[in-house]
Amino acid sequence: MLPLILFYVFATILVGAAVGVISSRNPVYSALYLVLCFVTSAAIWMLMEAEFLALVLVLVYVGAVMVLFLFVVMMLDIDLEQLRAGFTRFAWLGWIIAAVVVVEIAGVVVTHRLGIDVLRAAAPLPANYSNTTQLGTLLYTHYVYPFEIAAMLLLVAIVTAIALTLRHHRPGLKVQDVARQVAVRASERVRIVQMETEERE
Amino acid sequence: MIPLEYLLTLSAILFALSVAGIFLNRKNVLLLLMCIELLLLAANFNFIAFSRYLGQLDGQIFVFFVLTVAAAESAIGLAIVVVLFRDRRTINVEQLNRLEG
Repeated sequence: MLPLILFYVFATILVGAAVGVISSRNPVYSALYLVLCFVTSAAIWMLMEAEFLALVLVLVYVGAVMVLFLFVVMMLDIDLEQLRAGFTRFAWLGWIIAAVVVVEIAGVVVTHRLGIDVLRAAAPLPANYSNTTQLGTLLYTHYVYPFEIAAMLLLVAIVTAIALTLRHHRPGLKVQDVARQVAVRASERVRIVQMETEERE
Repeated sequence: MIPLEYLLTLSAILFALSVAGIFLNRKNVLLLLMCIELLLLAANFNFIAFSRYLGQLDGQIFVFFVLTVAAAESAIGLAIVVVLFRDRRTINVEQLNRLEG
């Protein structure tokens, strides 16, 4: 009974925070509401016994991604009035689509015919069960190649973000000149040398 | 244990709210990025719910990868927004028409 009450409390906070994200006047408030969304989601994931992902959500999302968002929101000097103009022009369309999505998914969910017999499974996990150990075992054996691809993806993202935002104003900075690189010809780079062949001794 | 329907309905509500948010805030690139984060969160809810109810951890592995991709996406997206703002002094989507598309 207690998990269900907790679920209701967190779900209410989550939906309220989501409404706050999409309807705040100030992007800073939106970002802070999104932080609240992630924290309550982590609590619900905790209730669903996905402890590792709940902690990762708080550490990675609240700790890194949302701080990045707040940093960018506060760094940019945005003209809010201009961005808010015509705010509700397509609001009716948005709410209609949202209502349709909710009705459709709820309609699928409440039919109890998902094709797989999942609704009465989910026995409580034993007390010595470790979500992190199980997840790590699976991740480093069966999913090790996707894991390495994800690592490469993050590396590429770092390089891209730095390359995009780097300024080239400092004198003496060694940077590529893409136009010159593209305009180069083979004759400027490669020198064909004619040499006498040496006799074999 | 929380019934599966409740979790799926919560995820549907979250998804619908973020879709509505994309319509509401269609001028502000930053809020569009935030709404996309919310969409991905709603999708992750489904993965975790089904992973728990089917007793298989593969769904949670998938959530792990979704989190990775979402972090990379927001980092690159924010970098693009910063470059855009430096260049144009605005992040209004309606004024980003230099390509005449």
